[in-house]
Amino acid sequence: MCGICGCSQLGKINKLQPLNRSIHQHSHDHGHHHHDAERLVKVEQDLLSKNNAYAEQNRTYFQQHNIFTLNLVSSPGAGKTTLLVETIKILKDRFPIAVIEGDQQTEHDADRIRATGVPALQINTGRACHLDAHGIGHAIMELGVKANSLLAIENVGNLVCPSSFDLGEAHKIVVLSVTEGDDKPLKYPDMFHAADLMIINKTDLLSYVDFDVDRCVNYAKQVNPGIQIIQLSATKGDNFSAWTNWLAGHVKQELQV
Amino acid sequence: MHWPGGGMAGIAMHELSLLENVREILEDHAVSQKFSKVTKVTLEIGKLSCIEPDALRFGFDVVMSGSLAENAELTISEIAGLGICQQCGLQVEMETSFDPCPHCGSTLVKIIQGADMKVKDLTVI
Repeated sequence: MCGICGCSQLGKINKLQPLNRSIHQHSHDHGHHHHDAERLVKVEQDLLSKNNAYAEQNRTYFQQHNIFTLNLVSSPGAGKTTLLVETIKILKDRFPIAVIEGDQQTEHDADRIRATGVPALQINTGRACHLDAHGIGHAIMELGVKANSLLAIENVGNLVCPSSFDLGEAHKIVVLSVTEGDDKPLKYPDMFHAADLMIINKTDLLSYVDFDVDRCVNYAKQVNPGIQIIQLSATKGDNFSAWTNWLAGHVKQELQV
Repeated sequence: MHWPGGGMAGIAMHELSLLENVREILEDHAVSQKFSKVTKVTLEIGKLSCIEPDALRFGFDVVMSGSLAENAELTISEIAGLGICQQCGLQVEMETSFDPCPHCGSTLVKIIQGADMKVKDLTVI
């Protein structure tokens, strides 16, 4: 049984047997009060209420176990995994790090993380386009995330759906690479609105692409005036310390390690 | 680790996940409110929520298939977006969450209506 949500299974299997619309049919035509009378049931419940409840359970678990959790989001190929690999190499001796990887298929990203020597769990979402809080609760248990550690969740590459699904993280971080175009914050505003930090990655390629950093920063601040921004190249290491300092500072502040 | 609950009929979009949440919400209410069939589902979708009513309509029958809301009618009422400008204090209509204030141009507009998406009520037997 799951230690966070208490359920005995990961997800509900959808029953596909069709039901008859009417429970029974009358052929007689005399007037009477139908005993299957319809009635109105007030619900007034948010569509995300279940996910939000699981997210709060995760958040409570993280607080109780002193786990600082980040939710990394981006479009596919922005460099989230490379960013994590390079970050782990620099910070893994300072505090424990664990990673949950979300992709529709393959174990590739978790393999890359494990090669750095830190534990990683790969979630294959199949057709689903985002991670949700219930699955993350199970992943935390399966991975056995240590107390006083950093947990990085790499979400499925997608700038739309993951913005709606709180996982219980302390911060959402959106990674945007310069090969994608500087107007992404306006095209996918929900994601940039939900993030606390935007990392502009692959800055070593700026001279080869038509990407205006200032325009991108202005667009991001237009949809999220409080967003923090760090420009770096994860592969070349340019300005990488701005990010590792941000991260180490937050870990120190949150975990007192 | 594989994710058994996600995605249906080859379509991957978050409206389907949200519809699965709708199904779970009405299954919960079926127990607490003692009903066995849902004939109508009314949703309230704020214009500033990141959800597309047409995608909900598209996926509704697929997700409700085999549930107690199979063949139920779906009604979506769209709630207009409203905000208060934090700079000039005026109430403004909003088309998206990130519209600047049409009066003073400030991007600090606090949403007061239209961000929510919820199951309002059900007609049940």
